Amino acid sequence: MTAAERTNLGLAGLALLAAALLPVVGSGYWLSIGISIAMYTVLATSWALFSGPTNYISLATAAFFGLGMYTVAGGINLLPFPVLVALAALAGAVLAGVVGLATLRISGVYFVIFTLGLAELVRQLVAWGQHVMGASSGLFVLINVSDRMLYWMLLALAVLVYLVGWWIGRSRLGFALRIIGNDEVVAVHAGINTARAKVALFVIAGAFAALTGAVMAPRYNYVEPTLAFNPFLSFQVVIMALLGGAHRLWGPLLGVIPLTFLLEAISRSFPRQQILLLGVAFLLIVYFVPAGVVGLVEGAFRRRKFGHA
Amino acid sequence: MDVLIIGLLLGGIYALMAMGLQLQYGVARIMNLANGEILVAAALSTFWFYTALHVSPFLALLAIVPAAFGLNWAIYRYLMLPLVRRARSQGHLEVDSILATFGLSFISVGVLLAVFGGHYLNYSYLAVPFRIFGENYGLNRVAAFLGASAICAGLYVWLVRTRPGLTLRAIAVNPQAAGLVGIDVVKVSAFGFALGGAVTATGGALLSMFLTFDASIGVIFTLKALVIVILGGVSDVRGAIAASFILGLTETLVATFVDPGLTIAAAYVLFLAILLLRPQGLFGRRPA
Amino acid sequence: MKKRGLLTVATLACAASLILSGAGNAQQVMKIGAVAPKTGPLGGGAAVTHWPNVQLWVQQVNARGGLKLKSGQVKIEIIEYDDQTSPGETIKAVERLATQDKADFILQPYSTGLNLAAAPTYAKYDYPQVATTAISDQIPALAQRYPGLFFVLGDTTSYARSVADILKKMRDEGKLGTKVAMVNVADAFGIELANAARPIFKERGFELVYDRSYPLGTQDLAPVVKAAKAANPDAFVAWSYPIDTFILTEQAKIEGLNVKAFYVAVASAFPAFAEKFGKSAEGILGAGGINHDAAETQAYVKAHREITGKAPDNWASIVTYAGFQILEQAIEAVGTKDRKAVTEYIRNNAFNTAMGPIKFEKQNNEKFWTVGQWQNGVFYGVASTGRPGAKPIVAKPSW
Repeated sequence: MTAAERTNLGLAGLALLAAALLPVVGSGYWLSIGISIAMYTVLATSWALFSGPTNYISLATAAFFGLGMYTVAGGINLLPFPVLVALAALAGAVLAGVVGLATLRISGVYFVIFTLGLAELVRQLVAWGQHVMGASSGLFVLINVSDRMLYWMLLALAVLVYLVGWWIGRSRLGFALRIIGNDEVVAVHAGINTARAKVALFVIAGAFAALTGAVMAPRYNYVEPTLAFNPFLSFQVVIMALLGGAHRLWGPLLGVIPLTFLLEAISRSFPRQQILLLGVAFLLIVYFVPAGVVGLVEGAFRRRKFGHA
Repeated sequence: MDVLIIGLLLGGIYALMAMGLQLQYGVARIMNLANGEILVAAALSTFWFYTALHVSPFLALLAIVPAAFGLNWAIYRYLMLPLVRRARSQGHLEVDSILATFGLSFISVGVLLAVFGGHYLNYSYLAVPFRIFGENYGLNRVAAFLGASAICAGLYVWLVRTRPGLTLRAIAVNPQAAGLVGIDVVKVSAFGFALGGAVTATGGALLSMFLTFDASIGVIFTLKALVIVILGGVSDVRGAIAASFILGLTETLVATFVDPGLTIAAAYVLFLAILLLRPQGLFGRRPA
Repeated sequence: MKKRGLLTVATLACAASLILSGAGNAQQVMKIGAVAPKTGPLGGGAAVTHWPNVQLWVQQVNARGGLKLKSGQVKIEIIEYDDQTSPGETIKAVERLATQDKADFILQPYSTGLNLAAAPTYAKYDYPQVATTAISDQIPALAQRYPGLFFVLGDTTSYARSVADILKKMRDEGKLGTKVAMVNVADAFGIELANAARPIFKERGFELVYDRSYPLGTQDLAPVVKAAKAANPDAFVAWSYPIDTFILTEQAKIEGLNVKAFYVAVASAFPAFAEKFGKSAEGILGAGGINHDAAETQAYVKAHREITGKAPDNWASIVTYAGFQILEQAIEAVGTKDRKAVTEYIRNNAFNTAMGPIKFEKQNNEKFWTVGQWQNGVFYGVASTGRPGAKPIVAKPSW
């Protein structure tokens, strides 16, 4: 390991320690914000693992999230919670694999729109399935998971995402991705199976989103289709990842934190105009932070190093 | 037989929802996620015209269409053009426009909420039976279908037979080349975007005759319109029209002969199937 | 010497004035939070049922000087948040109200899902939660888990059973046959009602000649109505949500689906339903109902119209308002801001509300209106689980 890597790792470890101590020092309110930040960090970073290298905007996060949540809600009376969480990851991976194999040969905007509809499709299938099976639709997840436990679970997931991302970067898959990112035609000619690489990433992202949904199920208490498959979740994840910068592993985190506080500030100060100001905030971000926070930070570094932009 | 007619009527509804978006994306290359809010704004305005001023929806169009045209033109000129100018590639513009119009949709919902309040709004207009081949259909739905057909026919003729329509199609096919032959791409794009907005608003006004709206419901319409536009192939409005009717017929067939609970699932399966067999959509061109 | 004396007197005077102003400062305020959807899928429903009642209740209480505590009257300062129909936002808003805004009490959220998502947080800070828009068959289990959660609107099975009872009664009186066409919207409440109703209909001797669901958000229900009509039903029962309620009713009218009993679940009780359908609404059944002849109900409807400018809906509006009244009466009975004491009071005492007397049995109100019917432009309650004043049912005239 180089010295720079060691420093980075040390800093990351310190940050993790600080984050893990939040439930001990923070009140319920700050903990709930922490939960929100941790959750979106997992979702946005795993999203960027796929969308960063491939430049495909996936709006399917809500589909996997809901699927994970329903896996837990559906099985909570049959299997223990940890088993269900693992099953949720498997379900997310399988769905992502199927969808990925089917659609990743479709280009750009077509893929975006299909993923947007995926949450709706999964939701309709779940609702229809429940009607056909005569099962009740709103499912109760009445197990005791304290806010602290939830926060630490999400933090653990975040660490896992970073580990996976780091591992990908050092692996053959990461090597293939760098080539694909530079020039896909070259990659194909070099014999890299670009489709398989993309599907692999999509599966990873889907599994993490499903895991997150599974872990959040006890917090919702009562899981019903409209609330579990919320399309806004997908958009929020994309905006946060793009705000931070989807091409670096630590990029989305830089988007999640400011946006969470911004949304909270808007909710607190202007409760009656919440949704209007949310839209204004999105617009401002798109216009004035086009390269993401990562772009801003790296631009600043470049200026310091070379004395100019 | 009646299944066909129901399917056609539904296709007309979908066409009203999707044609405007197709124009905005095909011509101006803006994937407008606030499309549903334009539709809802027009629908709620028509509701107001009808209940407060006792003006029929068809007359209300005289005010709503120009207003929608102007508003969308302004949106393109002041909000979208900066994104177009700074986009380094088509993909980059798509991402930016998706995010920006998403923000715009939030703003629109906030405005609609402030103006109309949050509750459900509807009214009754032409809610009388109309007999076709011995079966009853809602006169308001038939009127909406006729309106949709008029717009479809008008757009088709205009795009194919007139010079301005030709410039619009030229930009849809290849903006760079269009610029090379002397077409003012910015001006025509703005016009296309505004025209798309006006078409969507017409759709909203007609749909308000029989559907119920509230300030938050736009996203459902946007989602449906997006699927139809992609299905039809993004560069040609004929694609959106064809896809609307195919979708309407498919959903009606599934609802009648299989199970109404699977209509939306069937729509997505159809979507997926077409994209796998013909990735550019029904009428689309393969990317060069 | 003189200066020091002056300083001492001045300090004492300052201190005295501070103490006196603190004691005499009866400008206390009761901070009450309210979190419910203003946008999102349930924004439309909350705009009819929830927010106008918040406005009405706060205005009425403050108009008479505020809540009567032992220390004097305190006016309500209401803090509203839009949870955008997202459980995560509801939880965050409750946390915010509890720890940042330091709300003394928080009004209940809107809808089953959002109430249940917020219940642990209400419990954490000991806020009483009188849920007035939550319907569930798991009330006993939930009540045990959340001792501060109270249910007023009832359980799913009762709503389905009342419809079956009405149909059976009409059949016994010779007004109805045995064939029922049943449809439901494919979302939580619709699916649960259908699943609860199916065995009860069969048990009461009805034949389900058509039994299908349709997706939430469908714009065209002609195939459903046509198929239902083709099955030649005597009664049509739709476990539907606001938008499809309107679409189904209009489509049934166009197709001429004539049955003696026509039931559309949610939003048939909205004023907008009668506004849209006018005379055609006559005889249509729906979930809810109000005893329009009761004096306290009439007073409520009148006040709602005056202060909010709109009529209340005929189901959960009055129940929501009753929930606020329960909180108000409990706070005034206890006389302080002690949340635990107020919760205990709600658990053990009876209340006089706009919908009549309410007393909780194990945190559940067992007496609620289940079915109402439009008769001469008014949506009367025709069936309940123990409320007086049910009107006799009329067979639905032809469209």
